[in-house]
Amino acid sequence: MRLGFATLLSVTLALAACQREERDTRPQSSLGSGGQPTPVTTLEPGGQRPSPSNNKAASFEANAFHLSEGKRLFGWFNCSGCHANGGGGMGPALMDQKWIYGSSMESIHATIRDGRPNGMPSFRNKIPDDQIWELAAFVRSLSGNAPSSAAPQRNDDMMPHPSENRMPDAATLGKSP
Amino acid sequence: MKAARQLTARCAQSGRARLTRAARQYAGLSIVGAMMLACLPVLMAASESPSTPAISPPASAAPPDDGQWTMPAKNYASTRYSELAEINAGNVKNLQVAFTFSTGVNKGQEAAPLVVGSTMYIVTPFPNIVYALDLSKPGAPIKWKYEPNPEPAAQGVACCDVVNRGAAFADGRIFFNTLDGHTIALDANSGQPIWNIHIGNINVGETLTMAPLVVKGKVLVGNSGGEMGVRGWVKALDAGDGHVVWTAFSTGPDKEVLIGPDFKPHYDMDKGKDLGVTTWPPEAWKIGGGNMWGWISYDPDLNLIFHGTGNPGPWNPDLRPGDNKWTSGIFARDPDTGAAKWFYQWTPHDLHDYDGINEQILLDMNWQGKPRKVLVRPERNGYLYVLDRTTGEVLSAKPYGPVNSSKGVDLKTGRLMANPDKKTGTGKVVRDICPTASGLKDWQPSAFSPKTGLLYIPHNNLCMDEQGVEVNYIAGTPYVGMNVRMIPGPGGNRGALTAWDIAAEKPAWSLKENFPVWSGAVVTAGDIVFYGTMEGWFKAVSAKTGELLWQFKTSSGIIGQPVTYRGPDGHQYVAILSGVGGWAGAIVSGDLDPRDATAALGFVNAMKDLKNATTAGGTLYVFRLP
Repeated sequence: MRLGFATLLSVTLALAACQREERDTRPQSSLGSGGQPTPVTTLEPGGQRPSPSNNKAASFEANAFHLSEGKRLFGWFNCSGCHANGGGGMGPALMDQKWIYGSSMESIHATIRDGRPNGMPSFRNKIPDDQIWELAAFVRSLSGNAPSSAAPQRNDDMMPHPSENRMPDAATLGKSP
Repeated sequence: MKAARQLTARCAQSGRARLTRAARQYAGLSIVGAMMLACLPVLMAASESPSTPAISPPASAAPPDDGQWTMPAKNYASTRYSELAEINAGNVKNLQVAFTFSTGVNKGQEAAPLVVGSTMYIVTPFPNIVYALDLSKPGAPIKWKYEPNPEPAAQGVACCDVVNRGAAFADGRIFFNTLDGHTIALDANSGQPIWNIHIGNINVGETLTMAPLVVKGKVLVGNSGGEMGVRGWVKALDAGDGHVVWTAFSTGPDKEVLIGPDFKPHYDMDKGKDLGVTTWPPEAWKIGGGNMWGWISYDPDLNLIFHGTGNPGPWNPDLRPGDNKWTSGIFARDPDTGAAKWFYQWTPHDLHDYDGINEQILLDMNWQGKPRKVLVRPERNGYLYVLDRTTGEVLSAKPYGPVNSSKGVDLKTGRLMANPDKKTGTGKVVRDICPTASGLKDWQPSAFSPKTGLLYIPHNNLCMDEQGVEVNYIAGTPYVGMNVRMIPGPGGNRGALTAWDIAAEKPAWSLKENFPVWSGAVVTAGDIVFYGTMEGWFKAVSAKTGELLWQFKTSSGIIGQPVTYRGPDGHQYVAILSGVGGWAGAIVSGDLDPRDATAALGFVNAMKDLKNATTAGGTLYVFRLP
């Protein structure tokens, strides 16, 4: 009996150790995800109120599969045409610590979906919503805002910069403040 | 002389061959510097006996100087030569600031100030404000200002900074373009708009950055967007009311390119029906580029305008097998109807973004004993072309700097001989291609002096690695398909001002600059060449020897076009817009991150230290003698 319990316990523990991240290989392809308010400023008269967080953001944020898909889509949807491989060009750099319209997953998602007035196009009718979340997660990884265990590793060919899983947090460049 | 030329070429070649990547990146500068010094005496020897300057622009295209500056290229022959000689080699060292003026825009200032009567006109980068300054009053106060308020979203489809290359004056009106696709005519006295026509669509990636040219009551304008899969065109707008008189596309069926019975290209490679369709994969010509965002020249005697065509899109050549007519070439057209007279393709099936839109200088000269009407073009692919402008025949094509992407121009067929070792393609990394996508020379216009017979060419000295990648066409987004990273060229100096002896087909002298020389040049009868550097130095050098005579450090890097004029007080002035930016300076004006080697289509990798050398800011500087 005691042996049986020990076996059961170890099997349970072993199985729990096998827990892997979810790989949602068939994301829903619906367009747009409603009009969730996404402030682009931290300045609110009277002080900040808690803004509702989005479950979607959390499920995409630290997920290796979604980050790697985001990297692929970053090229396929021509994001790289303007932002290069994060250093910028026609559009601003994405690998530095400067965020014009906010650094949260929700803000980046809104930027891609709805566009911004100084040149960022709206991709609302071009990119399925879940893929926008994947792009947002990848964009954050460019400035070191993704766990190194999940961010994409080195390219097979030309390396324009260190791989995303080695990028330091742009805000601190790896140093403590 | 010939031996000297060969030796010079060998010096340059061996310099390239011996230069390993590691050497260039780490210890390269000093080694190469020494090597170039060893080669220097050869260059000096070659320049000792300049040929007699029997070269001059046609009088109809370059009338006697009235002291004004009414179009960026000075005249229809595009010489950028001023007959003013009050400032000369003896007194230029005394130049001092007469007045300055902030444009209020922190983007790349590529425009040439215009001077008409006692008024100076400036057009800024986006938001394309036009200022008229009253030169007759102390300090040149603002006479009027016009704000066209272009669509801010246009900034997102402007490749390589949101520049504007200037306005044009004719018949009491100022004509200029806005980034969001408008051409506007203003009353030069009051600044009131007379007409405003919308001809470019930012939702397909079209912008307008070039300076218009006014010829026979028509305003000639072309579109930008070669990195966005935009189909290139040139339009002639009626100067009176702005309506479109004709449109000539750079790709597509003959009738849309305005190719008709008058079209007689010199070379067989440019003969055939609908080559603008058949030299492309099906439908690819519709998104194939060939944009016209550079310079136009005009010969009133021949009644022809000459304009180049930009690179084919996308950059990745695997997506467009064929010669990709009529991109990366030059057209001669009838300004009245737009009908093409001849065409020559500098770079058939371009592999490296060699836009063909640089300036062309119209000159009359004896070529091998015969008087010829020629057109001189320092081309992006690295060759200094001399063409017969009546037929499009290539008389000469000599490299004016390091070139390994091609092995010369076959003068029999007219065809550029591409180097197969430097052919790019999907998934392939090709290293050390010279010149870069930005060319041995980009848009920055050169100047010609009939006194010396020399063409003063501001240019780059860069090489690059390229890797073709797959790319999808999405209208209004970039259509490039190439990872590029640029590096300094042989010698380590990223730029140069080269004085080219047109008759002798060789350089007379060349000045090295640390950064690419992205500013234009102007030359005067006082034998002074003015140009600017990206650190912010505005320089005056001797037109004969290149000796530095005077320099002034402006507040930001210079990528503008210097001009010189006679002020209302009868004295000579020199004007330049300072303000770094453009493709070369995008790292500063766009605050790009140098840790990404491919930023700004690879240019940032060669300009990593520019942020330490200068900051953004647009200011006009005007100089005079005390």
